[in-house]
Amino acid sequence: MSNFDVIPDFGLSWLNASGPCADIVLSTRVRLARNLQGYPYVAKARASDREAVFNAVRRAARASKLAGAGACILMSNLDPHARRILLERRLVSSDLVGEGRPGPHEAAAVVTVPDEPISIMVNEEDHMRLQSLASGLCIGEAWSLVDRLDEAMGRDLPLAFHPEFGYLTSCPTNTGTGLRASVLVHLPGLVLTKEIDKVLQGLAHMGLTYRGLYGEGSDVEGNFFQISNQTTLGKSEEDLVEHLTRMVETVIQKETQARQILMRDAGPSTENLIWRAYGLLRYARLLTYKDLMELLSGVRLGVSLKLLPGPPVYTLNRMMVFSQAAHLDQAARRELSRPERQAHRAGYVRRVLSHENEPPTSGPGG
Amino acid sequence: MSEPGRNCEAPGCENPATVHLTQVVDNKSSVHYLCAPCAEAKGISPMAPSNVDVSDFMFQLGETTPSPQESARDPCTFCGLTFDNFKESGRLGCPHCYTSFEASLRRLLNRIHGATRHVGKVYLPPDPAGADLSRRLDGLRRRLQRAVEVEDFERAAVLRDQILEIEPAGKR
Repeated sequence: MSNFDVIPDFGLSWLNASGPCADIVLSTRVRLARNLQGYPYVAKARASDREAVFNAVRRAARASKLAGAGACILMSNLDPHARRILLERRLVSSDLVGEGRPGPHEAAAVVTVPDEPISIMVNEEDHMRLQSLASGLCIGEAWSLVDRLDEAMGRDLPLAFHPEFGYLTSCPTNTGTGLRASVLVHLPGLVLTKEIDKVLQGLAHMGLTYRGLYGEGSDVEGNFFQISNQTTLGKSEEDLVEHLTRMVETVIQKETQARQILMRDAGPSTENLIWRAYGLLRYARLLTYKDLMELLSGVRLGVSLKLLPGPPVYTLNRMMVFSQAAHLDQAARRELSRPERQAHRAGYVRRVLSHENEPPTSGPGG
Repeated sequence: MSEPGRNCEAPGCENPATVHLTQVVDNKSSVHYLCAPCAEAKGISPMAPSNVDVSDFMFQLGETTPSPQESARDPCTFCGLTFDNFKESGRLGCPHCYTSFEASLRRLLNRIHGATRHVGKVYLPPDPAGADLSRRLDGLRRRLQRAVEVEDFERAAVLRDQILEIEPAGKR
């Protein structure tokens, strides 16, 4: 089991619920795809190309004021379990850790930056993925941070840039700005009032798209939708960021309205759903991750509507991360079987909830 | 989806048209009327329209054919990737692929993004030539103007500093 002391805040600062609208917006991520001139992209690269890219990026990061004191972690130096932990904390992508392949690519790495929620994935689909991951709705701030990191790295590294097409990337869906900004929002109100499809269609018309918790190809679990810009070319970074911010603010407004409608028109059944979710989490003996996410969604809604006095949003966020497979294995100090994990997950959740203040035995309406 | 009174437009077919297909190619839309078997033969399934996501990148890529001057089998002169390889994986081999397949990629980029010209940040290489500097300055000025328009003064200050860093002293 690995020690992640070298990673600032153990890579968990995005969970701390300190950002704006943290009860609805879990986190904001902004990433820039960048490539070095003169090297093939990762899919076509030989081991020596990847090594050279890794060394150049590490050198540039060390020379920069912003990332100079950062840690550089090679995926091949971590055991599969440790890689999985980083993935579950959303610090690296499944491509970087080599999910679905025998292992990670040679010289695949992550560079972390002290005191700032930014990092660089090296030798992922692109040579560099500069990214900022922070709590709440803060797209503009996250973009400013990543922009600074980009300026610092670009000062030393010859990047692939085309006068017409902009930054050149491995996949043409990222060409231009290379910017993908995404916001992870919790939308149970819109799901329960069956308004969600309309909202998602509206987003698609506005050039935005949605995914699940872990990005491309992942399912929506626990009513968490990751909303992001679909196009990267033909608009400036600032315009992309502003447009997404405005659209997410509209979605938050619609979610808030949906919650008010739920309470007005279906108060008792909404309250019932929330308390049942709490009760199941508090006493269940076996939980799959999918079950857990659904139930946490109900509890999160209850806390946000002040129908439940606790636990705080931060605790709910932590439960989402620490009840995943690798984190449960880490706590048990061994690899658990699937049924064992369900029991450990339920046990962990019971312990967390029993440490929180015990909510009153009946709801505000009961 | 059905269009009463119309027959399938496929050559030699006189079945009633039950599929009404609107296609948008290069920003021009065209409407087609087909019967179910002819639509299926063309790979259009009226029973499962949701399975075809027209915004899907691989779908767009599948529809892209190399331009006449770029053969599907001619490899990129730097990394050896062919356009056929690219269509299979959806990933280019190196930055030079954008030059090797420029015409085809310009069309694909237009399909994906609705644009081909980058208007964002302009990269300044470590060892910039005169043209790099003037492109960078143009880009910074454009972004500064926009930041002022939307009253993002914090960003405007950052951009102004970046302009001052490279603008020739006499032009200030």
